[in-house]
Amino acid sequence: MTKELLKGNVAIAEAAVRAGVEAYFGYPITPQTELLEHMSKRMPELGRAFVQAESEVAAINMVYGAASTGKRVMTSSSSPGVSLMQEGLSYIAGSEVPSVIVDVMRGGPGLGNIAPSQSDYFQMVKMAGHGDYKQIVLAPATVQEAIDLTLLAFDLAEKYRTIATVLLDGNIGQLMEPAELPPMRELRQTPPDWAVSGAKGRKKNIISSIHLQPEELETFNHKLQAKLKLIAANEVRYKEYMIEGAELIVVGFGTAGRVAQTAVKLARAQGIPVGLLRPITLWPFPEERLSQLADEARGFLVVEMNAGQMIDDVKIAVAGQCPVEFYGRTGGVVPLPDEVLATIAKLDQATLPANRVAALNG
Amino acid sequence: MTYDIIFSGFGGQGALFAGQLLAYAAMDAGRFVTWIPSYGPEMRGGTAHCTVIISEEEIGSPLVRNPSTVIALNNPSAEKYEPLLATNGYLFYNSSLVSHPFTRRNIHALAIPGSTAAAELGHAKLLNMVLLGAMLAYVPVLPLEAVEQALDNHIPARRRELLEANKLALRKGIELAQRAVQIPA
Repeated sequence: MTKELLKGNVAIAEAAVRAGVEAYFGYPITPQTELLEHMSKRMPELGRAFVQAESEVAAINMVYGAASTGKRVMTSSSSPGVSLMQEGLSYIAGSEVPSVIVDVMRGGPGLGNIAPSQSDYFQMVKMAGHGDYKQIVLAPATVQEAIDLTLLAFDLAEKYRTIATVLLDGNIGQLMEPAELPPMRELRQTPPDWAVSGAKGRKKNIISSIHLQPEELETFNHKLQAKLKLIAANEVRYKEYMIEGAELIVVGFGTAGRVAQTAVKLARAQGIPVGLLRPITLWPFPEERLSQLADEARGFLVVEMNAGQMIDDVKIAVAGQCPVEFYGRTGGVVPLPDEVLATIAKLDQATLPANRVAALNG
Repeated sequence: MTYDIIFSGFGGQGALFAGQLLAYAAMDAGRFVTWIPSYGPEMRGGTAHCTVIISEEEIGSPLVRNPSTVIALNNPSAEKYEPLLATNGYLFYNSSLVSHPFTRRNIHALAIPGSTAAAELGHAKLLNMVLLGAMLAYVPVLPLEAVEQALDNHIPARRRELLEANKLALRKGIELAQRAVQIPA
């Protein structure tokens, strides 16, 4: 395979096609529209289903219905559209049907704007709807990762019968980079045994999220939580950069992670012992690794394109062992490396041990 | 070596395509490259710009505050990027349209009469290639041949009739750059 210059949104769409998505339901919204556009061209071409729904509420319920039949399905949207999908997501979680959701985040709250943002971390990572559940959240920082994580989203969604989301900011959706697409996968020939696929000759399968008896619902919830624990134990992914010998740890995902990577490189050139951990799975979160790093670190800096959301998870992992500082830009403003570098330098000064300060002062 | 280049102009002047062409050439040459457009509401009637970063190493931030090279196809772009250009950076501007008085003494601003040259070559749309060619004369990011090859490899079929004209425009740009007036002289 050779590399192609691909835009993030298009790369995700084509990766989903190659992963064998059989039905796509969506509604246009910037900055993810190229994804839906690509699907509108490719899906009919391959004899698969493409539906531009009348709204995001309709789209997510179409996903719910189609997923219940055991088909490989997805939807994509951007922040305000995903807000509209919350109820459907909760029903899907309660019914345990595999679904893939792509959220290309834009500035909020409200209608906000179409500029890149990471302000939906809480919404996607903490709980995308009512009730007790989590969904897998994959956060690409490059176009190649956007492709690889889209494939992974389908695999994980089916492996665990869960919702797997690909969460990216508008920048990654619009960015073009050389990347390699996977070969076309064969479509599944037989539906999974839990699916509503016609009960002739077998017992009926029922897909539902309703359990009227409290004890019955509690039993279901115990089962669901056990599954989520299994995912948390098995599916953590992250990438480290210059972490060797780092006394300061920067944490950032997606575009903020890339910007932080450049800042870390610049800071290292100035002799500041700093490294980067870029979470690839936001849920499950690389809590254990961060906690391990906190044993040795002088301080943490969390960089986000929001007012401070992932920082809560970093603080839980660090558990008060050292200071956790924050640098963020909101409203669609993207932080630049020099801003992050200045914050790293400040954290370095603030956390220098007394003996080294004395040595510096001669 | 890492090159960061901003292409900026009115929507329709071809800033985004010129950047993409360079990105294709960089990819074909085995470099790391990122291309990122402005996609905000300013695209409708205002300026459109893209940032291209080309490097031998993995690229972190796809955006820069102080680009080392800028191609400014219109006056608002020249106004916006003169103060942002890195010290000793290169700014190639379409002097057929740009009237902005450059004041910084620590940059190289090169006047390229791009719109005029494009009109002489028979198509106003060749402006972006003239300016891209001019840049190649000073900024050794990739050889001209690599960019010409990228035109052959990646130009969409519906635009094929302009292929040779695009190559002529690139060469015209190099020629104009070699005798361009530099500010400061």
